[in-house]
Amino acid sequence: MRRIYLDNSATTRVDDEVLGAMLPFFTDNFGNASSTHQWGQRAKQAIEEARGQVARLLNAQPAEITFLSGGTESDNLAIRGIAQANAERGHHIITSQIEHPAVLSSCAQLEKAGWQVTYLPVHSEGIVRLDDVRAALTDGTVLITVMLANNEIGTLQPVGEIGALVRERREAGQRHLYLHTDAVQAVGKVPVDVKELGVDLLSFTGHKIHGPKGIGVLYVRRGVRIASQMHGGHHERDRRAGTESVPLIVGLGKTAELARLHLAERAEHMRELRDYLETELLGRISGISRNGDLERRVPSIANFNFEHVEGEGLQISLDLKGVAVSTGSACASGSTEPSHVLVAIGLSRDSGHGSLRFSLSKDTTKDEIDYLLDTLPAVVERLRSISPLAKKKGS
Amino acid sequence: MRLCVNLMYSPKVLEHIENPRNVGEIADATALGEATNPVCGDLLHLYLKVADGRIVAATFKAHGCPPTIAASSALTELITGLTLPEARALAPKDITRALESLPRNKEHCSVLAIDALRAALAALL
Repeated sequence: MRRIYLDNSATTRVDDEVLGAMLPFFTDNFGNASSTHQWGQRAKQAIEEARGQVARLLNAQPAEITFLSGGTESDNLAIRGIAQANAERGHHIITSQIEHPAVLSSCAQLEKAGWQVTYLPVHSEGIVRLDDVRAALTDGTVLITVMLANNEIGTLQPVGEIGALVRERREAGQRHLYLHTDAVQAVGKVPVDVKELGVDLLSFTGHKIHGPKGIGVLYVRRGVRIASQMHGGHHERDRRAGTESVPLIVGLGKTAELARLHLAERAEHMRELRDYLETELLGRISGISRNGDLERRVPSIANFNFEHVEGEGLQISLDLKGVAVSTGSACASGSTEPSHVLVAIGLSRDSGHGSLRFSLSKDTTKDEIDYLLDTLPAVVERLRSISPLAKKKGS
Repeated sequence: MRLCVNLMYSPKVLEHIENPRNVGEIADATALGEATNPVCGDLLHLYLKVADGRIVAATFKAHGCPPTIAASSALTELITGLTLPEARALAPKDITRALESLPRNKEHCSVLAIDALRAALAALL
């Protein structure tokens, strides 16, 4: 049976070149980077080289790059770090309704500790409106955290415009207002330049861009103070204690470099196949529609709504045929809640419909998409024939 | 075929998902039972043909997560040939047993199947 992986927003395959760069650091250059002998210093050198590679990807300075365990830790450090460092200056945070659980949970925890949080709506297009941000700002706002690209529907948020708004407010005297963006789904898909965006903090992770799992980055603009969350040694300029995982960092550096060098061609490749997938599905299956803005989004994601058929059923039927995708279905989430992102864009909670997310990578081939196109219509047809909701043919 | 690893669903559940039995409507059904789970929106229509106090045919239409379809399919297999008293005695655990097992958060699928059966049996009176 063929195996086709179309769930790259969940995670990606580590590139062979990236794996090759990592391996020597398990057995040859295995030193602790804090050691002052050669074993340690060679390890330290490898870390600093990777730090430079990541900095170049973001147009940042190496000293502004902190390595940690991934996107979740990065979001936590950014949000809690800014909140705790500025607790004397304000008690309000602005975020969006479609953030990753790492951001939403961090904000919820702060709410329990007395912070006020505004969760901005995204309307049917799945994009935060600048006017809503402006209206939500108060003198007590300390942090705005809005993702750069959404993981379910791929929509791009106006972070650069929010950055300009933040600069405006700071120049008008609100000096302790900070902007963080979770860029986990944007890095490697669209250009990400911290200076252009005007962000103070940015999070991303290696395993979404063909790097290993367990390693991510928090960019902290020079001069911005955050309260560290992991205490111990003085690693990462006192921002994050813990012996560095040199192999993982080297892998992240390598994949960041490849992402920077090949961004345009990879994005074009994914966009072409994604657009092909969408056009063909719309032509071959009735009662389907796309979720989220069709222009302002990353090139790798297609999210469809299917009438009269349930999402987990679609997903598992495709899995049984060798195709991996993800669904926003309540049934598949382990709870009875459908995806908070789909609810936020206005998809009704009633389950007369299901959704699927297809997420491509630079390695996805047209052949693989064709296999999906040959497989999915029959799957949908079969599930609709079982459903009492699907109308009879011809109506 | 069992190249598909799935730690949530038993081979029996996967089998019923891939090849559900008795899908469809019975045009001249003796009874129709409907059940719905308002929490997750699962919906089951059960059609029975009864003769001489025995269920001679059972079919279903279902909308919902895969174990709901599996439970419905297993239900129709289980009840075909049963007398009405035997059918009335069935409980959700009988459906779960026919499927070998269900994850805890999918036990409601067996409950849905029995709800539809009881609704159909009630319609016979």
